[in-house]
Amino acid sequence: MDLQEFVAHFAEQFEETDASVFTPQTKYHELEEWSSLIGLSIIAMVDEEYDVAIKGNDVKSSVTIEDLFNIVKERA
Amino acid sequence: MAFLRFKDVRIAGIAAGVPKRVLNNLQNNNISVDYSAEDYVKTTGVIERHTSKTLCTSDLCFEAAERLIADLQWDKSEIEALVFVSQTADYILPATACILQERLGLSKECYASDCALGCSGWVYGLSHVVSLVANGDIKKALILCGDAKKRADGPGDPLFGSAGTATAVEFCKGAKGLLFHFGTDGSGYDAIIIPDGGSRNQVSPASFEEEVVDGKITNRMTTRMNGMDVFSFGITVPPKSIKRLAEHYSFDYLDADYYVFHQANMKMNNMIKKKLKLADDKVPECMSHFGNTSSASIPLTIVTQLKDKLTEPKKFICCGFGVGLSWGTTAFETDSNIVISDLVLVDELS
Repeated sequence: MDLQEFVAHFAEQFEETDASVFTPQTKYHELEEWSSLIGLSIIAMVDEEYDVAIKGNDVKSSVTIEDLFNIVKERA
Repeated sequence: MAFLRFKDVRIAGIAAGVPKRVLNNLQNNNISVDYSAEDYVKTTGVIERHTSKTLCTSDLCFEAAERLIADLQWDKSEIEALVFVSQTADYILPATACILQERLGLSKECYASDCALGCSGWVYGLSHVVSLVANGDIKKALILCGDAKKRADGPGDPLFGSAGTATAVEFCKGAKGLLFHFGTDGSGYDAIIIPDGGSRNQVSPASFEEEVVDGKITNRMTTRMNGMDVFSFGITVPPKSIKRLAEHYSFDYLDADYYVFHQANMKMNNMIKKKLKLADDKVPECMSHFGNTSSASIPLTIVTQLKDKLTEPKKFICCGFGVGLSWGTTAFETDSNIVISDLVLVDELS
């Protein structure tokens, strides 16, 4: 699993936030556009791209995109 | 493994009733503190929904059942079983099925029982009634199924609409019957829950104190949902259940004419459709105009979207999934005599 690719997939779920904003260290809950609806898109993206089922708590408890990447990587 | 097969039984007809009143979500300024009404509608697909402050689920089911019995030209005295599936019963006790037996004028020689399930409920209720009818002792039976939350008539619960449905099942020697697969994961019992008001947490003044959960203003007497957990469950379990049913009974799930899913929300249902590689025209939806109607959503979709398309035999796969967590899949073929009643628009109670 590639971290940069994961960040790119993560960024694709946002419409208003520019892709250049996203790095592995991005604290995504702090982004203006972040909402629980985008959380659903992240869960769908992880299911589609990595065939991994993550839960609400995984999305809520991770701070950075890399934190979430590590959870997905562990289960892939 | 919870697989079931019943022969010699057919679905004779389906009807649905909804309140006349329509609420539009795009005109709702209080959907969430987190996101706009437009974003909400885009994700959930729920543009509008029928709701009522006076009608109970049993009122909607009663109207649907009266219409269906008339359209089928059934003699009420021949209906010997009634299962009411809902999480919005008239009372904590008695069972609403007993009230509906009398209200519909059915015989006192009637098997009547409630089934307290939500989004998976139609498939479960169908299995209860089909199992009663399949050996031919009881020949005609009804599943009355749905939810009408009076609190959905307002800005606070924009996903849910009210609907009550009636499905008629009858013994028919030689009919192909129905196949079922069921599953349950009680570890997710609190993913969708009304915390107070039952025996575990009895109602108290604190039950009505406002709190914000996941960006929504709520209290402990209303449904709260861990949306992300439910979403994760909803995109993984239904496709697996359908594939397991097809594998167990050795048929190709791609051969069906129609796939009717519980109308959870558009984003979830689109993911399910994509994962199963289903064509859009085989997957009817009604959530855009009726919302998530809990256990009514599968029969309501058939009534509102497929009424004119069932004049010839059609193969169905239907899957309900949600609160519990609970899920059920059924596969059956309708025959050309199936009666689909017109949607009943129900007046408010005066």
